[in-house]
Amino acid sequence: MRGVDIDVQAASSMGIVGESGSGKTVMCRAAMGLLRGGNVRSSGSVVFDGDEIGNLPSADVRKYFGTGMAMIFQDPMTALNPVRRIGSQLAESLVIRLGMNKKAARDRAAELLALVRIPDPEATLRKFPGQLSGGMRQRVVIATAIACKPKLLFADEPTTALDVTVQAQILELLSDLRRDLNMAMALVTHDLGVVANHTDYVTVLYAGLVVEQAPTTKLFTSMRMPYTEALLKSIPRLDQPSGGRMPMIGGRLPDPTNPEPGCPFAPRCPYVQDRCRSEVPPLTTAADGHVYRCFYPIGGHG
Amino acid sequence: MKAKTTSIVDVLKRLAQLLLVVIGATFLLSLLLRLLPVGLKELYVTGLFEEDRQRQIKELGLDRNAFSYYLHWLWDFVRGDFGRIVLPGGGGESVASHVGRALPKTLQLVFYTQIFALAVAIPLGILSAYRAGRRTDRFVSYGLFTAASVPNFVLGLLLALIVGAKLEWLPPLGYVPISESFVDHIRGMVLPVLSLGIPLIASYTRLLRTDVIATLREDFVTMAVAKGLSDRRILFTHVLRPSSVTLLTAAALNMGALIGGSLVIERVFSIPGLGTEIGFAIFGRQYFALQAYVALVAVGYVVFNSVIDVIVGIVDPRTRERRGA
Ligand code: SF4
Repeated sequence: MRGVDIDVQAASSMGIVGESGSGKTVMCRAAMGLLRGGNVRSSGSVVFDGDEIGNLPSADVRKYFGTGMAMIFQDPMTALNPVRRIGSQLAESLVIRLGMNKKAARDRAAELLALVRIPDPEATLRKFPGQLSGGMRQRVVIATAIACKPKLLFADEPTTALDVTVQAQILELLSDLRRDLNMAMALVTHDLGVVANHTDYVTVLYAGLVVEQAPTTKLFTSMRMPYTEALLKSIPRLDQPSGGRMPMIGGRLPDPTNPEPGCPFAPRCPYVQDRCRSEVPPLTTAADGHVYRCFYPIGGHG
Repeated sequence: MKAKTTSIVDVLKRLAQLLLVVIGATFLLSLLLRLLPVGLKELYVTGLFEEDRQRQIKELGLDRNAFSYYLHWLWDFVRGDFGRIVLPGGGGESVASHVGRALPKTLQLVFYTQIFALAVAIPLGILSAYRAGRRTDRFVSYGLFTAASVPNFVLGLLLALIVGAKLEWLPPLGYVPISESFVDHIRGMVLPVLSLGIPLIASYTRLLRTDVIATLREDFVTMAVAKGLSDRRILFTHVLRPSSVTLLTAAALNMGALIGGSLVIERVFSIPGLGTEIGFAIFGRQYFALQAYVALVAVGYVVFNSVIDVIVGIVDPRTRERRGA
């Protein structure tokens, strides 16, 4: 991950898009200070609500978790503790973070389950995660994340592990909750379609770099980055005749541990020029606030 | 996935399995008796007159074939009749009264040892997993490795000699029943429990450490961190339970080894438990008493394992699902 600068405004939603391996999950976890282990070297800053939390020791960052920021994980099958009942996992943060008593926390937990549209919340509280379907589990994960009314919610590919039929429901739920609870949301996905429907701003990541950033509507009407264009073209569309080969972005992501000089997208870019191979293009902010990282943007420098 | 509730049928099935195991084990045991390279008749049948000899042979069941002998033995065993200590000329104390005196002492020793070993190994295992690869972890693992490489009877002798005889902190040998003095009972048990338990701690800690390290990589742990819980709370409420199945199973399997170990340790500390009785039976060639003792150990082993099975099911509901599937 290099040069990532993402700014999520209060109560807005930001889509973070990129192929798998482009650093979306890493960014999310880094932002929450959840990266641990020996091979992580981090520098940079995370500013939350005006407080610089990137350099705080992890115990101090914890006080922002749950109440300030919360996170929804990719795979609801692994995000819940398999040996504890839903109720105790959900009530836990209420008791510990909000200081509720057990009884109140349990009632609130049932309310939260109702809020994420789980039928029969009371019965669900007594169940183990293994007794629920993937979609229901993801609802529980969402309920846990919003339990302490966070200001910012990270949703890391919240639907990729789910059935296609429930994906739309979960996204709908997230959008509604965000509006009702006045949260900001960072929605990480590889699906530009999801971004188009559920976010206000979009950040496109490529090989751990921010390559384009714009309000969602503007990104789709006047994109600047060749990479974003390629990404958009690779979505199968219903309004175009099928049968043709699905366009794919040729080539592979560069090796992040061994970056080559020049624009990281150069080996796959249809507009590549000599300059792209020797210099990394800087992030450029156009007059209209559209941010991109390219020497030869589509539509010219605006 | 549907929840699998334990039905009566499951319980009955389980009981039937247990019964089969016990029957199989005891039958093999009674066959072994016949395969001994000692002529049982020469050993035990000492009557001078043919009449006495016939009576003794009948009493010991040596006139029956292996199968009928076993059935008779089983019938007696189930009713708590374990036979008698065989004395020249017949008659001797009943094995059941030996068992009644010895068994509680051994059970106490074994249970105290398990509780002690688990009570030390659980925090140590969690700590060394939490600090995996760091100094604390290495310190713990070297320490335990050293402790585990000392055989328990050597440890027992050393403890009896140093703590017991030299420093006189604790009695170096002897057993005091709870009914006499609870404090003295515990004081007498400390050294034997230490000698049996310390090598166990090493293996328990290592098992738990491995499982905790695996659990710490799970998403639900990261999620617990993201909930803003403290590390201590996460370790004990989220990580310990899903990591403890291997440990519990190992504790159950160790039951046999522990009883074997107590055979030696009881002698070191002069505790008149089942181990001591088994020792006497072996050296005194009391093969019929030995058969009863070993059968009891087998039954206890099987019962303890099924108790642990139930506990594992409560601790980790995933195992219930797996078994139900
Ligand atoms: S800088 Fe060059 S290679 Fe990189 S995206 Fe722009 S045109 Fe393509």
